[in-house]
This record gives sequence, C-alpha cells and structure tokens, in this order.
Amino acid sequence: MSDAAICPACIGLPEGQLAKAASNGTTQIILSLPGIHCVACINAVERALRNMEGVANARVNLSMKRVTVGTSLPIAPEELIETLEMAGYEARVLDTSLLGGQADAYGRGLMTRIAVSGFAMMNVMLLSVAVWSGAIGATQNLFHLISASIALPAILYAAQPFFQNAWRALSVRKLNMDVPISLAILLAAGMSLFETLVGGHHAYFDAAISLTFFLLIGRYLDYRSRKAAASAAAQLSALEVPRVMRLTNGVRQMVDFADLAIGDLIQVLPGGRIPVDGTITEGTSQIDRALLTGESRPALAKVGTEVTAGEVNMTGPLTIRAATVGADTTLRKMVTMVDQAEAVRNRYTAIADRAAAVYAPVVHILAFASFLGWLVASGDIRLSLNIAVAVLIITCPCALGLAVPAVSTTAAGRLFRAGLLVKDGTALERLAEVDTVVFDKTGTLTMPAAARDALDAETQSVALALTQKATHPISQAIAASLDGIAPAKLSDQQEHAGKGLSALHNGQKVQLGSGAWLGAGKGTYIKIGDRAAQKITLRSELREGALALVQGWQAAGLDIHLVSGDDADETAKIAKALQITSWQADTNPADKIAYINALSSKGAKVLMVGDGLNDTGALAAAYASVSPATAADASRAASDIVLLNDSLTPLIELPLVARAARARIKENFAISTLYNIVAVPIALAGFATPLIAAIAMSTSSITVLLNALRLKGKL
Amino acid sequence: MNILVVLIPVSLILGGLGLAAFLWSLRHEQYEDLEGDAWRILSEDDETPRGS
Repeated sequence: MSDAAICPACIGLPEGQLAKAASNGTTQIILSLPGIHCVACINAVERALRNMEGVANARVNLSMKRVTVGTSLPIAPEELIETLEMAGYEARVLDTSLLGGQADAYGRGLMTRIAVSGFAMMNVMLLSVAVWSGAIGATQNLFHLISASIALPAILYAAQPFFQNAWRALSVRKLNMDVPISLAILLAAGMSLFETLVGGHHAYFDAAISLTFFLLIGRYLDYRSRKAAASAAAQLSALEVPRVMRLTNGVRQMVDFADLAIGDLIQVLPGGRIPVDGTITEGTSQIDRALLTGESRPALAKVGTEVTAGEVNMTGPLTIRAATVGADTTLRKMVTMVDQAEAVRNRYTAIADRAAAVYAPVVHILAFASFLGWLVASGDIRLSLNIAVAVLIITCPCALGLAVPAVSTTAAGRLFRAGLLVKDGTALERLAEVDTVVFDKTGTLTMPAAARDALDAETQSVALALTQKATHPISQAIAASLDGIAPAKLSDQQEHAGKGLSALHNGQKVQLGSGAWLGAGKGTYIKIGDRAAQKITLRSELREGALALVQGWQAAGLDIHLVSGDDADETAKIAKALQITSWQADTNPADKIAYINALSSKGAKVLMVGDGLNDTGALAAAYASVSPATAADASRAASDIVLLNDSLTPLIELPLVARAARARIKENFAISTLYNIVAVPIALAGFATPLIAAIAMSTSSITVLLNALRLKGKL
Repeated sequence: MNILVVLIPVSLILGGLGLAAFLWSLRHEQYEDLEGDAWRILSEDDETPRGS
C-alpha cells in the first residue's frame, strides 16, 4: 500500500537540532562510519574523538552507522577523519544540511498513534471478551458504552492519517486504499455507536480500533522503508562534501565547493579531480579527459588551457581560475542528464500500487452490492447496513497493507547490516528479476596494486616512506601494497611535479618516479643512492571477495559479463581468473551503454556493477545497478544500491535477498487473498459477528508479519 | 459484579500509565539508536556521554 501515504518532503524535516547545537556555542559535524559494528568500535571512536582538542562531545549512532561530533573550536572534518583513521576506522564526511535534522516528526507521530490505538485496543478487547463470553442485558450495554468511550476518541485521534489521505484522494475525485479503510473505520464506529445507544447486540468497536492499529503498523513500516531509501539518497549526496583548495593571496585554504565564487583561484594536486570549469593560470600537467571524451590517453595541459569539471589532474599541481561554479559546471549538468535517464526507469510501478489499483474498487462494489442485496431480500436497512459494514471490515486490506512494507523493511534492514544501502524503493523488486550482470573491471572488480615481492626489504621501507603521504593514485597504490612494513626515516622530502618524489635517507638521495626522470625505461622506478633504478611492477589486483562474488552469482543462475575500458590482455587475464567467458575490452562509455542495450533488447534484465564516471551512463541504462561507495558522485547517484565496504562479499547474497523478498511478498498476497476467499462469503451471508471479524483480521495480519520476518534468517 | 467498578478503572489506569511511559520515552529519543544502546550496556567505559 504505497499510495500517496507520505509526502516525500515531510521526511526528515530539520527539527531545531542544528539550532540547538548552535546555542551551546558548538557546531555539529556528522561523519559516516561504514565499518563499525560492535561495542568496541563505539568506545574506540568516541574515545578517540573526545581526546581531540576542540571536540565537546561525540555520540555514535550504531543503527545509522554514523557519529555526531559537537565541536567547541573550529575543527576541519579532515582532522576528525585522520584521527579516526589512526584509530583504525574508515570515516567520511556527511553534509549536515542535506541530511536535515535527525528527529522525524512524522515517524514519531505515527508511533504515538500506534501506541494510543494499541492501548485502546487492549482495553476494548478485554471488555469485548466479556461480551463474547455471554454478557447480556445491562452488563452488555454497560460494556458497550465503556468500549465506546475508549474507542471513539482513540479512533478519532489515531486514524487521522487515513482520513486525511482519503479526503485528499476524494477531493480530486480519485480512489485510493485509504478510502475503503476510512469508510470501514467510520462506518464500523458509527454503526456500533448507534447499536449501543439502541441496545443492540453487535458492536464493532474492537474491530474498528484493531483495524486502525494494524493498519498503522503497516503505515509505519512503509514509512520506515521509504525513509531508509530517502535517507540513503540523502546520505549518498551528502557522502562527499566536495572540498576544494582555494588560493587567497597565496594562502592555501580548504573550503566547501558551495563557497566558491567565479574568478577564484583554486589548486588541484596530482591525482585530484578538477572541480570547476576554468582556465589554467599556473603549472604544467597531463590531464585525463576520459570522462568527457572517452579518450583514455592523457592530454597535455599548460597555462591557458581550458579545463572542464570532472577531468583528472595526473602529474603536476595546477592552479585554475574558476569560470563556472556550483550547478553550472559540466559535471553537475551531467548528473542532471543522468537524473533524466533515471526518470525513464522510474516508470516501474511497485507491486503494491498495482494491487491497490485492483483492490479498492472491488471492495467498494462488493460492500455496496451486499447492502443492496440484503435490502432487497430483507427490507431491513439496519441489518443490511450491518452486513455491509462487516464486509468492509473483513475485506479491509490489513494483510494487504502489511504485505509489502513488512517485507521491504526486513530486507532493507538485512542488507544495511551487511553494508549495502538500498537507495530506491523498487530496487529490490527489480533486482529480483535480474538475470544478467555486467561488471566494470577497474575499481570495481580490481584495485591497482604494486608487486612488492621483487623489491628487497630496505627498498620496500623507503618506497613506503616516500609514497605514504603522496596523493597520486600510483603512489597510493604502492603505499597500500606495502602495508605492514615499517617506513624508513626520511628527511627533506620533495614532490617534483610530473616526475616523482625524492628525499634523503641515511645521507643518500632516494627517488621514486617515472622511468624517464630516473634514466631508466618505461614505467615506475625507485632509485636508492647510486644503485641502479629498480622497476616497481604495477598490476591490478582482484578486489577482496571478487572471486567469491562471481562464483556466488553464477551459482545463483546469473549470466556474468565483463566490460572494461582497459586493453584486451589485462581484461582477458582478469576474466580468466574469475572464469567469466563473456567479456569485452577497450570500451568507451558509449560502448558500455550499447553493450547493455544490446543485452536488454534480447530480453535480458541487466544489473550493472560499476564505479567510474565512464560507467554512469551504463548504470542509468541498466535495469538495476550497484556501485561501491568509493565510486564517483555521479555513479553513486545513478545506482540503486551502494556498497559501503571495500570487500565485495556482502553483494553475494543481494540477488538471493531480493528474490526471497519477492517470494515473501507474493506469499503475503496469497495469504490475504486466501483469507478473503474464506471470510468474505461468511460476511456476505451475514454470519460475521464482531468476534469472527476480530479473529480473522488479526490472524491474517500476524501471519503476514511473521512471514516477512522469515527473511531475517537463512535464505 | 460490584468488583467491576474497581477493576475496570484499575485496568484503564495501569494501561494508561504504560502508554504515558511509552510516550515519554518516545519523546526523549530513547528509540534513536536501538542497536547501539543494546551494546552500550556491555561497555565498561565509565565515561558519561557529555552533552547528549
């Protein structure tokens, strides 16, 4: 039941959280901590942060995997991240303004209504049991009156979300699920009040209030899964607050991307992505324009060259005068284009909406027909109305309302604990239908790494010391592959733009950089003192869990493809290591989209897994998509599911969870249909007492909830 | 039957107290981080959370 139950804009409205923090003289920084999972992590993170100067408080939220830090002195988020990395935790900045306040008024309001209706239901049920077990006459009447005085105010308060939605739908002359619900609740309460006042036998107060209670649970679960999806989207766009190095009168300063103005001078270090469109005013470098042109060979950039946002600076530091900022940059415009491509895919209708469209008219026609039928047969308006109410209550889609939200909440929760963010509400339904997977290679299945075995111990420690602070991707790859080695002591470290790094070690000059600079061949070399330069072999290494993932998905019956922009040799090697038979090398972004469209036109439902900006189009074109959190902003924005960890292992169970979720949803629909087949004839025949209505309704709702909970265990 | 005059208000009051307690805890953000709080009780870290 995911009709317009919640306005998306109501979700996560800021609720004075930031203002409250500011009044204490502090500002809040929120960091995402994808790796935390236990009490030791909570303590270590909080202790590390509290020991920092300027941190007033730090509170970890394990359910959301984030930490809120209140600062009393201005602290850059980078410092907090560095501290946490020293403590062994990966952290990323989240944009507070995009996340909004943490308190959510709507969810809390629903919870309050659930509590009120639950309280009223229990008390009314107690009284009803007495009536069902044979209270008659004055006792029965008294009990009905007490029930009425508890149930009516409770219903009026708790059922408001349904009334409002029904009214909104009716005022634009439409029908939604809330119309039969509101009608059933109001008619049941009104008829019961009338029966009580004239001393009748059947009062449906318990049915009316328990209907409200169960439907509110469904509404709350639905809201929870939507909120999880919405906050995932917010979390993704907030994940990397783009920070830019601005030069003001020769002073370097990190500022938020949003604070840049046209004409500002910004500096981009080697390995960094150029954030704005502009002109180079200083420096010479090579830049990677693959994003825009698909051309993977680096282009030369010098003073006067115009650069575009999204290009990667490869070799030397550059100073750029910004010509466009904010939403006007080419990069942001590309994101908008991707959004439009996504809108096409979003025409997918959720199962629940399709069910609701069929269900609501059927219920109304059935109830109205039973009223007319009994009126003609018996001529008794009161009896006919009673039976029509019974039909409305019994058919009222309690189980149907719970069927989808209960399942999707459980599934999304399970995936979140495994480190996967489900961004789109219909993502799981689409994933369940996927039969083909297309992987990107670099950055997704493989990570660059240096072969350390060829170097001796001294060289290894020098190489680590040289590279561990550098920002160039090759340096980072070398440093990462030398993990676990004690770095050598160096002095006088220097970075030579476009060439490499140098330093002094035990009085000897040590250098690491391009072969041309060190007088050796092609590639990356390290030179210690007068010894001959040694080559550092770079190769791509399989990402953790890649083999298990491919095997697991093949076992799940998925057809695996590999598409890479890399050359044929490298791609073939990886494809062989992973036993993937269908692969294509030397592809540009357009080729990737064409590859996916070719598969789709043959009827395949394609899942795209990729990370680079060159995959963005393919991610949007595919039926469903997954990207790692380290992926480029645009790629994450285009994908349905985001992997928060470095390891690929959590992805293995993704299709299994999605298929199990779809199976559970279908089972739940079957359960509620079956129940209607049994219960509706009873109601139509006029045998539905309040007792039978209450039992039937609760049984079906609880069965559906329990069935959804099966997703938590083994699949 | 006179006992009902006592028992019905008693059950209503007791239920009402439970409801009030639940609403209090809901308003005081006791349900913001269920997983973390479940673990925190095992923590030997005596540091009281500041400012939260």
